[in-house]
Amino acid sequence: MTVTGFFFFSIAAVVLISAILVIVLRNPVHSALSLVLTFFSLAGLYILLNAQFIAAIQVIVYAGAIMVLFLFVIMLLNLDKEKRVGEKHPLQKAFGIAIAVFLLVALGSIVAAGVLYGNKGIHTEAKVSAIGNTKAIANLLFTDWVLPFEITSILLLAAIVGAIVLSKKEL
Amino acid sequence: MMIPLSYYLTLSAVLFTVGVIGVLVRRNAIVIFMSIELMLNAVNLSFVAISRHLDSLDGQIFVFFVMTVAAAEVAVGLAIIINLFRNKETVNVDEINIMKW
Repeated sequence: MTVTGFFFFSIAAVVLISAILVIVLRNPVHSALSLVLTFFSLAGLYILLNAQFIAAIQVIVYAGAIMVLFLFVIMLLNLDKEKRVGEKHPLQKAFGIAIAVFLLVALGSIVAAGVLYGNKGIHTEAKVSAIGNTKAIANLLFTDWVLPFEITSILLLAAIVGAIVLSKKEL
Repeated sequence: MMIPLSYYLTLSAVLFTVGVIGVLVRRNAIVIFMSIELMLNAVNLSFVAISRHLDSLDGQIFVFFVMTVAAAEVAVGLAIIINLFRNKETVNVDEINIMKW
């Protein structure tokens, strides 16, 4: 196995194990911490995919900002371990897993059939690494994608206002 | 060695399924929220993988936008969860079954 292959399989194993821990652990703080691990290892996969900028903002935005928000809320609410109260819907687990397995088979058959194809773009690896990944993304983001980029700022403003309005005690 | 695209897509599919199981099985609203983040990340992974496969950067730009939407969604969603907890003293979604009280 080559070095790249070794890194891919070990990081993929960490991603899957920590993702499963997120939904298995009973304590929400532990779930949040293993979600941080998932995000960090996904950043490693982005590095393997030559997407350094995405890897950086994955660590900054996801593992940094979003997970701090999660942990903050969990500690604010002072949640204990989930009590094992009687299941209100006894078949929920079985149905949930059955639906998920069906979904996995559907997604897997798409991947296995290999029907995904498309036209090759102009940003080959040599071209991108000549000017740097971040610069290449910035060139696209501020030319072809500048309108969506500006709309993003309105979305974030709306989210800020919404979060403040929702969490205020009395309007 | 280049890792084949199908490996990344398989990993992404499994990660997405783990997220779906989390949403369908768990009843803690915060863990359900984290599972949604898992699903978003699974999609991001396939975006980046296909973006490299096709020698295009559009997938990476899309991931950038997905992350912004996720950040906005988390801010508003957690505010809603805090509000729910204030009113009902619980984040168990089985007990939160009315829109108004």
